[in-house]
Amino acid sequence: MGNPIPRKQINEHIVEIVSDSGEGAQKAGQTFGNISAKMGNGVWTVEIIPAEIKPPARSPAGASGIRIRVGSQYITNMGDAADIVVALNEQVLYSRIATHAYKKGTVILLESKWLTDPNPKIVEQYKTALQEFRDNGLIVHEIQMEKECLKYTPKPRLGKNMFVLGMICNIYDRDVKKAYHEIENTFIHKGVKVIELNQQLFQAGYDFAENNLEFHYNIPPWQTEDSKNKLIVTNGNQALGLGIMASGMDMVAMYPITPATSASHYLAEVYHTVGGFVHQAEDEIAAVGFAIGSSFAGKTACTITSGPGLALKTEFLALAVMAEIPLVVCLVQRGGPSTGLPTKVEQGDLLAALYGEPGDAPKIVIAAATIEECLHFVIMARKLAEAFRSPVILLTDANLATGVQPYPRPEAKAEWLASPIDQSNWDKDMPAYNWDEKTGLSARPIVGQVDGQYVLTGLAHTNRSKVAYDRESNQRGCEMRSRKLATLCSTLKPPKINGEAEGDLLVVGWGSTLGAIEEAISKLQAEGYRVSSIHLRFLSPLEPGLKAIFAKFTNVLTIEINYSDKADAPFITPDNRRYSQLATILRAQTLVDIDCWSNVHGQPMQPGLIYEELLSRLNQGAE
Amino acid sequence: MFGLKSDWSLDIKTRYFSLGDYAGGEARWCPGCGDHGILTVVQRICRDKQISPEKTVAVSGIGCSSRLPHYMGTYGFHGLHGRALPLACGIKSRRPELDIWVATGDGDCYSIGAGHWIHAVRYNMNMTVLVFDNSVYGLTKKQTSPTTPIGYKTNTHPEGAVLEAHNPLTTTLGIANVSFVAQTVDWNPNHLYATIKAAHDHKGFSLVNIIQRCPVFLPNFFQDYQDDPGKILLLTHEKGIPLEDKFARLFPNQKEHDPANMVDAYDIASAQNSLPIGLLYHNPAVPCYEDISSAGKDIGMEEKLAGIEKAFDQFAI
Ligand SMILES: Cc1ncc(C[n+]2csc(CCOP(=O)(O)OP(=O)(O)O)c2C)c(N)n1
Ligand code: SF4
Ligand SMILES: [Mg+2]
Repeated sequence: MGNPIPRKQINEHIVEIVSDSGEGAQKAGQTFGNISAKMGNGVWTVEIIPAEIKPPARSPAGASGIRIRVGSQYITNMGDAADIVVALNEQVLYSRIATHAYKKGTVILLESKWLTDPNPKIVEQYKTALQEFRDNGLIVHEIQMEKECLKYTPKPRLGKNMFVLGMICNIYDRDVKKAYHEIENTFIHKGVKVIELNQQLFQAGYDFAENNLEFHYNIPPWQTEDSKNKLIVTNGNQALGLGIMASGMDMVAMYPITPATSASHYLAEVYHTVGGFVHQAEDEIAAVGFAIGSSFAGKTACTITSGPGLALKTEFLALAVMAEIPLVVCLVQRGGPSTGLPTKVEQGDLLAALYGEPGDAPKIVIAAATIEECLHFVIMARKLAEAFRSPVILLTDANLATGVQPYPRPEAKAEWLASPIDQSNWDKDMPAYNWDEKTGLSARPIVGQVDGQYVLTGLAHTNRSKVAYDRESNQRGCEMRSRKLATLCSTLKPPKINGEAEGDLLVVGWGSTLGAIEEAISKLQAEGYRVSSIHLRFLSPLEPGLKAIFAKFTNVLTIEINYSDKADAPFITPDNRRYSQLATILRAQTLVDIDCWSNVHGQPMQPGLIYEELLSRLNQGAE
Repeated sequence: MFGLKSDWSLDIKTRYFSLGDYAGGEARWCPGCGDHGILTVVQRICRDKQISPEKTVAVSGIGCSSRLPHYMGTYGFHGLHGRALPLACGIKSRRPELDIWVATGDGDCYSIGAGHWIHAVRYNMNMTVLVFDNSVYGLTKKQTSPTTPIGYKTNTHPEGAVLEAHNPLTTTLGIANVSFVAQTVDWNPNHLYATIKAAHDHKGFSLVNIIQRCPVFLPNFFQDYQDDPGKILLLTHEKGIPLEDKFARLFPNQKEHDPANMVDAYDIASAQNSLPIGLLYHNPAVPCYEDISSAGKDIGMEEKLAGIEKAFDQFAI
């Protein structure tokens, strides 16, 4: 349909829809994201989750909704300040303003029904807020959304989100046919009447924006027709669930903990279609014990948790290392310490994952940097766990868990699946830990194999799994288990350098900060700065060649979302400064004087903030 | 022809297992420790029932009692203190055909592992759980355990234990899905054998609390009961623990108790100054969790791949 209004072509925009919870903002935003992805745009969506469980209506703590970043390029993170915001009441905006989600010039489309509310207090609140927002440089357009919706339905609170969807679809010239189709899919089980009503409300919003708003944009696609047909859209936890299924994992044992649980919610719905089982255990200790038991019996098992759960699992993880039991632990990090910031983002569990157990417990630790990697890394983790007869911790975080992004649809492969358990006779002369001297690797007997009988034990043991307290046996066992990591390391390639292999500054990151770091780095590189970055996926063993890479840069800096002392804080000296977690490891392993820039704001790293920080460091160096 | 099955030869037991097939390393418990007798009975039952050693797993936590897997010729899992039951349940969950024995202690099961104990009863997975109840922490040298009687002196309570002892029988009886609760004593091999065998025959979670002597830390603690069997209450019933008359006769103090009767079971278990042995409660009809958890375990590769493809499609745009 020919659009008469002139449209400004832009490269990307960030849109937010905020409301009280239960008003369908997230549904509208997801639909907008899906339509955009289908049109070939890069998309990242992230949910805005209320700070309280049952917040009162119209309160800052109740801000619920969604942020959608849409662009003409591949989008890897949530970006900085929003460009256009639709708000169903003015109060929820306060909490977004407090987290620096907006800037001067951000456009707010605000529901204005509160101005005529029978409660004079609400009217007053509305007026005050409006003035404040405008004083602070926000551009507020008042819109009578509810009144418009009342033309179509007596219960506008339920359908208003489709009106909102219509408005933003018009603002960004989204394909109306695709929108109708999405709405049909959403309400397919509710019958034709509901579908039609929602499509009407969508159209009303669309027409309203067309006729009443004077800003209209066009964000050209970056994908070709061909490749965009083969995309899937998931959040990081759904990706974990898909990876668990695609890896042929037999069983997941878990105990609910935010932000990990939604992976299990997803699996609980579909896992049976591939013969899998979700066991909700009585606690995290039982969950990991259950998984270890199942793995001992030859079945592939996984446990999913977050930091506090990991703490409870440590004794069992040490056992799995000691007795060489394959096990995958998905660790969806949240803010800590203790119960910390349950719904917020942090990368605070790296050291706990690496070193949390009593005694020496070498294990494989990897970190996914994108939502797509959440899926593929589970498959890799299962294979590594079995090949190296070891627990594998896969780190993700709340940013990946709740972020939603399109990425290439994989094709299920038979080679990804775990092979059926070996029940042939075991060679009676072969020890249960027939360690290869050079690699530390060994095959393991599975219950049911005749002549394979052994007693697995967490006590120090010989290669025949016999309890042994003598000095040589324990030394040897520890060496063999540690050697496996060196063996794995010898098969890894050095990390790819994003940018030139030498320069003034090298940024090192891990996990979900990848997109934000690389976005900031590209911008600086385009401006001519000699800055590059690497992003580590393997944390144990560390990827090889790091020291040689670091040697080519004047400064090396990690960027992380975990605590570090600021170098100029009171009493802090280079000797007592507590560095962020990856920096601590890299300093110890490479003896390079690596600096760090980190915070525990509970938020994903924003490309703009990283850019500012790096810019000031680079310019300092130039002075 | 002649009514013979054409594949009759398959019915012949090609392997016969002797006691030696169930023997592992040499038992290292103290001389006179009740654990020796329990091990012997377990091995005899395995032999008598001709259980394949490679299809059997002896699981334990940590404690003197938990050494048992090392002395068995089966597969074994000597786990963590208090955590035998999650391991055992995990082993069973996707391989329900395996025969699972659990050896645990009064500290291992009723103290540090208490949460798992309660939930494992609820899961009611088919396994034989033997609690070696010696009223003390043996391995760590005489600390108070949950079943140490009040006033009894230990290294952590030199003036005597300060709390009323825990009653594992009444607790177990109070848990949803409880299906088999029995008690026996280590020093009566016949009753021990019959009780553990009945537990093993039961399909479900069978908990046997075994009153066990620790001559090192609680010397002569059960001597009165040994000297005078009249101090023990023998539970009898046609549905109870089958004990030959000549052995039953040794117990002057007997009570006929129908193990289907939960109310009576609770009364017997909670009576003061009484040591009941026999089957307190039995309900063979409680569903087993492995029937749920093992669903889909044999699903074929094609079906799996199709399921994965479908899952991907669900997220396709
Ligand atoms: C996490 C942990 N806490 C404490 C211990 C020390 N510990 C080992 S066995 C045991 C008590 C064992 O008592 P019980 O279960 O009654 O077994 P028994 O030795 O009497 O057979 C303790 C406290 C341990 N091994 N692990
Ligand atoms: S300390 Fe007691 S329970 Fe442990 S082996 Fe010796 S006698 Fe048996
Ligand atoms: Mg004990």
